[in-house]
Amino acid sequence: MAEAAGSLSAAPARAGTGSLLHRHRRLTPYLLLAPGLAFLALFFLVPIGFLGYQSLETQNPIDFSNSFTWAWHNYADALSGYDSQLIRSFEYAAIATAIALLLSYPLAYWIAFRGGRWKNLFLLMIIAPFFVTYLIRTLAWETILADQGPVVHFLRFAHLINVVGQNDRLLATPTAVVAGITYNFLPFMALPLYVALEQIDQRLIEAAQDLYSNKARAFLHVTLPLSMPGVIAGTLLTFIPAAGDFINAQLLGTPGQYMIGNVIQSKFLELTDYPAAASLSLLLMAVILALVAVYVRVLGTEKLTG
Amino acid sequence: MSAALRFVKHHALTAYVLLAFAYLLVPIAVVIMFSFNNPRGRFNYTWEGFTLDNWRHWDAVPGLKSAIFLSLEVAALTSIAATALGTLIALALVRYGFRGRGATNLLIFLPMSAPEIVLGASLLTLFLSMSVMPSLGFGTILIAHVMFSISYVVVTVKARLIGFDRHLEEAAMDLGANEWTTFRKVTLPLIAPAILAGALLVFALSVDDFVITNFVAGSKVTFPLFVWGAARVGAPPQVNVIGSAIFVIALAIMVVNVLVQIRRRPTVQPA
Repeated sequence: MAEAAGSLSAAPARAGTGSLLHRHRRLTPYLLLAPGLAFLALFFLVPIGFLGYQSLETQNPIDFSNSFTWAWHNYADALSGYDSQLIRSFEYAAIATAIALLLSYPLAYWIAFRGGRWKNLFLLMIIAPFFVTYLIRTLAWETILADQGPVVHFLRFAHLINVVGQNDRLLATPTAVVAGITYNFLPFMALPLYVALEQIDQRLIEAAQDLYSNKARAFLHVTLPLSMPGVIAGTLLTFIPAAGDFINAQLLGTPGQYMIGNVIQSKFLELTDYPAAASLSLLLMAVILALVAVYVRVLGTEKLTG
Repeated sequence: MSAALRFVKHHALTAYVLLAFAYLLVPIAVVIMFSFNNPRGRFNYTWEGFTLDNWRHWDAVPGLKSAIFLSLEVAALTSIAATALGTLIALALVRYGFRGRGATNLLIFLPMSAPEIVLGASLLTLFLSMSVMPSLGFGTILIAHVMFSISYVVVTVKARLIGFDRHLEEAAMDLGANEWTTFRKVTLPLIAPAILAGALLVFALSVDDFVITNFVAGSKVTFPLFVWGAARVGAPPQVNVIGSAIFVIALAIMVVNVLVQIRRRPTVQPA
């Protein structure tokens, strides 16, 4: 940090060039930061504060007006009223994250170690789903998993349909929702895994093999530990948006699969029960921030932001 | 070990990888395929025959065209604003030591780690509670998009600035350039690819955003909001046409980028 500060001033100072930035060098970083940070403060921090304020309001049941009453019970009500959706959100997110990890690790490994000069093209294939609008690719899953679709036909033929799905269907089951979530956030898992694996010095793995470790042991004791930063980054980058998602549950599921995001969105936009919606949002945020805190502990904020 | 078993063992990873790629790409193929579908009813879920009509009459669905134009307009303005604000922050973070770095890094990181639904909900409460804020519509969509995009620009540009040879700037200054000239003639051209990448990323994020936009859009309809509304009553194949078109354009940009990188790189890489 001190080094970064020093290097521009280390260049010979030229008095009289006269720019504002030049004369107030110590002010320069603040001038650069001011517009962006002010924007983020006003439209990110202040709104979160408003959300907190609103979460402690009470709604008048007659005219639906809200008044601030330190209504801490909103949080207890939110927890007791929507515990099943809250638990379901983290359950679905955890399963989707685990599947995404199992799918992407071999993929990232293969690209990093066997991709050759076409690495970037393979990476492009991983992020290709992001080029299709989120809602449209979720609708594509609706087509793929549809009752008359090939997947359901095959599962019926193999007598697996009620193992994987329910009532001879895939749509409107937890399987469909988890499949959609996994697909939609998979690139968030695969990319950090690839970055971590790509950085591993091949010679370390060769060294382990020279020392009579077999391939499996070399992987377990060298490759896997060295790729852990990627695993941690990938799991959090997948888990966070997955836990807050409501689109997959809405399009691929039924109210029986609704997650906390569905509740928040309908309370805000359909029922306009702002105090309850605000306390639910902050509960979701709190659980997720607790996870991010662990992440920051492990990697440090500098690494997080690049 | 039998030869067959050895073959399986040797190619297991490759087979797994092929299946994983199929999993990633099949839904995209479905989107493109169903843009050529000719559904008899209003549900575009089962294949009923090939037609080019959906592509020929892509704007035949009321509201679709204006939704696309709104999305493009918002994305263009968001790119400009977020890229400018984010680049300045990245410059400050990499180039200068100052008090409050940790807090700044945290403020950059938090919007990326907060669930979108919380960002959207909190902005909605702000816009509804403060009378000085614009009423829900174009302005609030733009504000929301710039807000969630800034951090991505900071991360992209920062990465480039960190791996940047500072001697080039020092050389320029030694040769008599002042800070502003050095920035304009040396720094800016060198970080331009990252700024462009950041701008493109923001454009993509903005065009694709549904969750946050849904909270702050009021009566305005962007393309994702249009798809959402259409999905409730059965999305017309034109939605797939636009989805495919966006995919092809984004892919073309990325392929050009990758090819340029491959050509620039020496063929023989150091081990």
